[in-house]
Amino acid sequence: MMPRTEVTDRSDVEDMLRIEEISMSFGAVTVLRNVNLHLRRGEILGLVGDNGAGKSTLVKIITGYHKPDGGRVYLDGEEVRLRSVQDGREHGIETVFQDLALVNELSVFHNLFLNREHTGGGWFKLLRNKSMRAAARRCLDEMAVDIPSIDVPVAKLSGGQRQAIAVARATRQKDIKILLLDEPLAAMGAKETALIINLIKGLCRSTGISVIIIDHNYAHLFDICDRINVIQQGQVTLDADLSEISLEELIELMVQSRRCELSKYLPGDQVSAETVINPQANGGSR
Amino acid sequence: MRRDQSVRLEPGDADTAPGPESPVAYGLDTRRVSASALRRFGDLYLQEMVIAVVALAMILFFTVDSPDFFTTSNAAALASFIAPIAFFALAEVPILILGEIDLSVGEVYVLSPFLVEHLNNAGTPVPLAIVFTMALCAVIGWVNGLITVKLHLPSFITTLGMTFALEGIILIGSNGAPANPVGDGTLALVLGGGVWAEAYWAVGVMTILFVMLRRTSFGLHIIAVGGNAESSKESGLKVDSIKIWCFVLCSFVGGLIGILDGYHIGSIDPDTPGLTFMFYGVAAAVIGGTALTGGRGTMIGAAIGAIALGTLEDGFHVISVSSFAYDLILGIAILITMFLNVQIERATIRGAGRGSVARLIGFIFNRRKEPVRR
Repeated sequence: MMPRTEVTDRSDVEDMLRIEEISMSFGAVTVLRNVNLHLRRGEILGLVGDNGAGKSTLVKIITGYHKPDGGRVYLDGEEVRLRSVQDGREHGIETVFQDLALVNELSVFHNLFLNREHTGGGWFKLLRNKSMRAAARRCLDEMAVDIPSIDVPVAKLSGGQRQAIAVARATRQKDIKILLLDEPLAAMGAKETALIINLIKGLCRSTGISVIIIDHNYAHLFDICDRINVIQQGQVTLDADLSEISLEELIELMVQSRRCELSKYLPGDQVSAETVINPQANGGSR
Repeated sequence: MRRDQSVRLEPGDADTAPGPESPVAYGLDTRRVSASALRRFGDLYLQEMVIAVVALAMILFFTVDSPDFFTTSNAAALASFIAPIAFFALAEVPILILGEIDLSVGEVYVLSPFLVEHLNNAGTPVPLAIVFTMALCAVIGWVNGLITVKLHLPSFITTLGMTFALEGIILIGSNGAPANPVGDGTLALVLGGGVWAEAYWAVGVMTILFVMLRRTSFGLHIIAVGGNAESSKESGLKVDSIKIWCFVLCSFVGGLIGILDGYHIGSIDPDTPGLTFMFYGVAAAVIGGTALTGGRGTMIGAAIGAIALGTLEDGFHVISVSSFAYDLILGIAILITMFLNVQIERATIRGAGRGSVARLIGFIFNRRKEPVRR
């Protein structure tokens, strides 16, 4: 297996991203309650939480997709108010969304360059497809992503291939500072996963970007992250360096909370952990 | 380290699969199938080619059936049948790709000659009146877009309301009297008065819109938003403004047709059925492969669809078939093409369930396209 990334002492380094007291609700549903979170320079932070805990919403706030109801976002020590994803991109925030943000009808290379097309002709913004094709081919070859052709619509690709393209699109950028990954490994096989994990680690080491990654596979997170935050019911309930918590402890914590959660709804004094969740399915053996 | 032979080999093992550094590791497909230009063309324009064949067949049929069809004098008539349908189809294509519809463009078409006449009567010189009219038409589109996008009304409802509102404005303003296009000489000749003027305009507008849709980043964004608005927003596209611009474009082209047709016909009745004309355009676009559900459509297809419908209409006139039959055939043609539309979509998109016709189409066109999967 891969060697664990060394956690160096970065306490003297300023935070790359800091969010304070972020809250967000959709209509009557409160998704995030006063969330505080920070991301150090060059750090890989894992976000863990049940479905509906608010992880994706948090990512979408950082990326500029949602505007939070309250709270502040600091980038590099400066408060920012992102108005759109484009705004976030200009600040160096790249995202792989849970739904991958690919357009099925468009070809692979058009998806790779969506909203970042190579254009000429000044005001008319004529597409330079040849240049985009060449760049897309180069980028996918570098990442060792193999697809039948960059001209096929992404609708024809498999889940893993689509995910690879979404990751390639985000990591391709030169001026990237923060990379947000919302379940980037969900549809991938073992080999593709290893590749992506290597890629992210390599990126962090070579360019010093900061990464937030959401994944339900805790083993992956322990393999890749420096620190883990747990989000439950719209709040960060645990913030621990990897040295402070073990995989087993994390799984136990998540199972415990689910047991508590379920015991509210189910009759009887206790629900056994096995009926709630199979730890093997979540963690696997390491 | 020796490995026990009885141990099941894991997918990551070096002796069964290439390591992660190999390009093969990612893809499920080991053969890099390069899509040939021809196949790419076939993929993109399958429906357009089908309807082009149908149009050619009709031209052939009418030519054989009547000596009056393939003549110079009929060519001009044919052009004046095709041009308005083509204009409406071209105007609607971007909107249809977005999964929206603009019903009011037909009424904008009726409005514009009235506006020109009215502004001219108020003392504005004709060219300036035309410029003002076009600007006002664009504003109508902007209002349509704004209501649809910001108030979250379905565009069908927004533009239906706009249709009746405009109709009312035309009837009140004109008091029921037809509009007679003002100005003469070169201006009138160029703006539709000349026999072929409308056809030239149609070809010009089609060329511009074709380039816009296929070759500019705005066109790409239209298709992206039509295909998946959520993904487009996540990619940082300004979905709302793209939609509004498409409505502006549609109404603008609608105003242009009105002015051209005004000069071409000589007078426009206030109760001209704008809705019907608009739907001819939508029919042509749909027959030419534009999906009403959004995400797919081409200007070429819309133009070919208009040629097919215009030829049918003109041909019926030439061989003196009742024009009532035209509507019947139009209706059946729309149903058949919509059926094929759905089937082709199923045939070309992997994973979707396949109908029998889709299998046939897939058999003919897709034989070796599906990559080999392990």
